[in-house]
Amino acid sequence: MRETVSLAVNGIPVTVPQGAMVSAAVAIAGFIGFRRSVTGQPRGPLCGMGICFECRVTIDGQPHRKSCQIPCSNGMDVRTDG
Amino acid sequence: MDRKRLDCDILIIGGGPAGLAAASSAAKNGRSVSIIDDNPNPGGQIWRGESSKSSIPQAAALLNKVKDLGVDFIGGARVFDQPEDHLLLAESLNDVLELQYSKLIIATGARERFLPFPGWTLPNVMGAGGLQALVKSGMPIDGKLVIIAGSGPLLLAVASYLYKHDAKIVLIAEQTSRSNLLKFGLGLIGQPDKILQAIDIKKQLFGVPYKTNCWPVSAHGHGKLESVKLKQDDRTFEIDCDYLACGFHLIPNLELPALLGCETDDGVVKTDQFQQTSVPDIYCAGESTAIGGLDLSLVEGEIAGYAATGNEQQAEHLFNSRQKHRKFADLLNRTFELRDELKALPDQSTIVCRCEDVTFDRLRQYNEWRAAKLHTRCGMGPCQGRICGPAVEFFLGWKPESVRPPIFPARLDNLIRVATASAEVDTVTR
Repeated sequence: MRETVSLAVNGIPVTVPQGAMVSAAVAIAGFIGFRRSVTGQPRGPLCGMGICFECRVTIDGQPHRKSCQIPCSNGMDVRTDG
Repeated sequence: MDRKRLDCDILIIGGGPAGLAAASSAAKNGRSVSIIDDNPNPGGQIWRGESSKSSIPQAAALLNKVKDLGVDFIGGARVFDQPEDHLLLAESLNDVLELQYSKLIIATGARERFLPFPGWTLPNVMGAGGLQALVKSGMPIDGKLVIIAGSGPLLLAVASYLYKHDAKIVLIAEQTSRSNLLKFGLGLIGQPDKILQAIDIKKQLFGVPYKTNCWPVSAHGHGKLESVKLKQDDRTFEIDCDYLACGFHLIPNLELPALLGCETDDGVVKTDQFQQTSVPDIYCAGESTAIGGLDLSLVEGEIAGYAATGNEQQAEHLFNSRQKHRKFADLLNRTFELRDELKALPDQSTIVCRCEDVTFDRLRQYNEWRAAKLHTRCGMGPCQGRICGPAVEFFLGWKPESVRPPIFPARLDNLIRVATASAEVDTVTR
């Protein structure tokens, strides 16, 4: 079996396959809005490849991390603002 | 946070097919070759995830070859500035990297073109390649209702990928006309491999409706996408879905070549027959020189790798093959040219700049980029106009402005560190 990684998204425990990006973990945890826009609208990933910055989340206390380009790791604490 | 320095003969920016092909031909000559990419693994978008999965033999072969040749791969780092000739700065999660090179090969590829329409900012409205990238990154799509729309051969490739991952594809909507597509098919005669590819994809998608002359006009939902209104000829209709995967063909990533002073022509980097740009020691290969697909990217990369290591004879052997693939690129770009009706997509209140939430009617109060930027902050958010810029160019005809460093948002402490380091150097030389 493929190895898995366990992390938390807004406090909800999620297990994903090794190599999965944080964006996938957020979706698996059931969150659709990743961040709030400057006028307060919920936003989610658009480009999926690090160009649009719409998938930004807070990872281990670090804000503005692009969830589509950062692989999940064990014990990661991910927070969305959508 | 650490500052690391790397010296290499050949530095390649971008680890997609063009960058990998360049690395393989450059490293054959025993030079030190490094590839840097902002994604954690090599493969680019088309081969995303292939470095661990090896499901595509062509990708696995090239990835293994590059590894065996001892090419250094630096993942998760993006170039943001060029403080002096032959020196680039990149930022990774925890470090600043100084990259010194003798020859540089730019293989930064392309991104999807997005056209704003009412509702396109709703979560679950994504790029076509965008949704595919997310699924490749581990997001489940099985049982989800997906509409794939926009333009270009990518739509079919994405459809076939999602279909294999058990998505329910409700519709593929292609804005170009049926007659353009037929001409495209005729243009492929003489390239049987490409026809077979097309037939193969079509077979896989048996039963999925594919409409031409058809495009999305609005997306609807409360907090997330619930349905999409589309237009075909004079008819509009609404379909329920979980995801809209929508991209209007591709556009080259020109920010880095522009920062380095490489000349562009008609939206692509200008190169000579050896893939050299207008700047000495800087080469460019792949989608940044023309949207031409995998085969053209591979052969351009290979030529650039040979040429950058002084192996011009071997590069010349590949010119014929490149010529053939360039014809395909021309045909591709003619076939999927955007129709003028798409200029009517945004309404007054449609957000064009998603970083700063600037609406179309606010933009239209100005007649050029600079004024619009100064008054609205359009294009001045973290994506630096990468998403709204091409849309504004299509809707209003405004050409992109010059590029200034940092070309990607960099952390303040890294910028301060760079500034402090150069100030120290100044003091010493004085």
